[in-house]
Amino acid sequence: MLILLLTTIPLAGALVTWLVPSGHRRPLVLPVVACLHLLLSGFAIAQPSAPLMNGWICLDAVGKLFLLEFSALFAACAFYAVNYLQYRKERNNRGICTGFLVCLSAMTLATAAHHLGLLWLAIETTTLSMAPLVYFNRNARSIEATWKYMLICSIGIALALLGILFLAYATVVAGLTPSLILNTLQGYAPSLPNVWLNAAFALMLVGYGTKMGLAPMHTWKPDAYGEAPGLVGAMLAGGLANCGLLGLIRIYQICISSSDVHFYKTCLIGIGLFSIAVAAIFLVRQTDIKRMLAYSSVEHMGLFAVALGLGGKALYGVMLHLIGNGLAKGVLFLTSGNIHRAFASKNREFARGTLKRAPWTGALFLAAFLAMTGSPPFLPFASEFVFFTAAFSQGHIITGSLMALLLMVAFLGMTLTVVPVVFGDPPKDRERTRYRETFLLVAPPLALLVVLGILGLWLPQPLYRLVVEAAGLLEAVR
Amino acid sequence: MNSAADQLLVFVLLINILILGTRRTNIAIRAIAAQGIVLGLLPLMTHSFHSHILIITIFVLLAKGVCIPWLLLGALKKADSKEDLQPVFGYSGNIIAGAITTVLAFVFAAKLPLAPIHQGLLIVPASLATILAGFIAIANRRQAINQVVGYLMLENGIFIFGLLLTEAMPLMVEAGALLDLIAGIFVMGLIIRQINREFSSIDTSRMTALREVE
Repeated sequence: MLILLLTTIPLAGALVTWLVPSGHRRPLVLPVVACLHLLLSGFAIAQPSAPLMNGWICLDAVGKLFLLEFSALFAACAFYAVNYLQYRKERNNRGICTGFLVCLSAMTLATAAHHLGLLWLAIETTTLSMAPLVYFNRNARSIEATWKYMLICSIGIALALLGILFLAYATVVAGLTPSLILNTLQGYAPSLPNVWLNAAFALMLVGYGTKMGLAPMHTWKPDAYGEAPGLVGAMLAGGLANCGLLGLIRIYQICISSSDVHFYKTCLIGIGLFSIAVAAIFLVRQTDIKRMLAYSSVEHMGLFAVALGLGGKALYGVMLHLIGNGLAKGVLFLTSGNIHRAFASKNREFARGTLKRAPWTGALFLAAFLAMTGSPPFLPFASEFVFFTAAFSQGHIITGSLMALLLMVAFLGMTLTVVPVVFGDPPKDRERTRYRETFLLVAPPLALLVVLGILGLWLPQPLYRLVVEAAGLLEAVR
Repeated sequence: MNSAADQLLVFVLLINILILGTRRTNIAIRAIAAQGIVLGLLPLMTHSFHSHILIITIFVLLAKGVCIPWLLLGALKKADSKEDLQPVFGYSGNIIAGAITTVLAFVFAAKLPLAPIHQGLLIVPASLATILAGFIAIANRRQAINQVVGYLMLENGIFIFGLLLTEAMPLMVEAGALLDLIAGIFVMGLIIRQINREFSSIDTSRMTALREVE
């Protein structure tokens, strides 16, 4: 029952933020809800998972890891938002506060949804609730980004719905009792007709892939991430992209139990490698830091797809990486928001020498960049290491080598932007902005980074068991 | 499952071609409303009468036949131009593409393994044809409202496929899906108003600020 409470608390918070008239006090609701959510999530994760409401709701190990990541990321964003929104007093913050909380509620529901229709509904709600947030800056560029985000994501999510209908119809054709409950479908999988199951998988891969930002459905991503405030970018990259991944993992769990899995694995590895390649190419000449982070997100979503396609040991890496990638993206976007404020620009032409202008932000941005690209001691190093050992030990030599090469190109491309942004000399001809580093703008990303560092060196026993259990859920049910 | 349902589906296919070929946005919106009303009546034809079916019918008629067209017409009233600009491949190109995809949908649907009770029905080909027509409308139109109409055709095609499953899919999910659709169109309607204000036009081909620098 705890999970239902976790879903309703942010909704209640959303109602409060909508009703509070004072724009000054409204953001304070966010950290209160975030702390409560984080605390209760801890309890929910510690409990053994039990199905509720005829199996529609069940917080399994996979869902628990997603819940943990969402809750931690949201907490960091919530504390950051209090101070950030004070900087942006000229904007009405009702939309952003309410949208954030509705989104958190929908994300929480998604982690526990075992009915594919309900999961779809939750994911669609996250897309809708974020639309006004992408449009926070109220200018021509942000409306263009919002339109692309809304139209492309809506089409994608519609295709995912068609995939769900195909899956339900597959059960009808096979003469089984129609059901959309995950565990039932896993049992059905070997007897479902291949045509319908393959079509359902392809549609959901395209549909949820659009939400994740897999190439070639990624075109909305650099625009939306580039124009949204850093705070919103953190939720988009660490929250919404992971919701798409969760949708993909659920259909993967079903398809992997079917009789012939070759088609699914090939599709995933193909689209994953293509995404990493596209991201690497666009990372090389990227001068805008937020667009750079968007392509980095495309790259890592591609890594997830490849790892799911590899299967076996790589699944353990997927579970680690979903936490590592989500939290590192959080740090990068929150600090890039600070850089944008400090220089009134997010282009490396003008935003140079963050270490001199805003030392904490500069150091955090650099460390998070190193974490994101897989440097020890941070968590993504561990997960990417697992991906490579899995690829080579399971005989996917070409996939592994291509992955290594493309990741190297992406790393070098990002370095070309990150080095001047962090180490350069601040432009002298531009006026200084009124931005000053404050505790609440620096401490939340720092906390996330510390967590990433600790988890990279030492995974606590309960968390390790959870990760192993979750990876086990992604294996075929026999 | 009877011939009345098949006749209604032929009507749906004709509306697809009408929307692809029309120059005037308000006709496209009224046509999509008519398509929504036809879709609302379909469950009554294909299934024996049941309170569950009646609820779906009323809900779909209200949502697709009344609410969404009303929202779109409201957005159109605030826009300056009532006619769409020349589509990328012209109106005749649109219609030809619509006709070709309809034929392809029939050819492809004939190859799919269906449950015995669904053999020989128009539901699957009509659904695929409407989905593809929706894609053509989205890709080939330049005005934001017409792209939303294309998105609605896509959703309608998915709804037609859902008719095969009305018994299998719990009402709650269907109702939720429709509710989300309305919310989505509402958000899109709001965005269209903002696009109109920022660019003094709802021509999306003018939105070219965000792209990779060469």
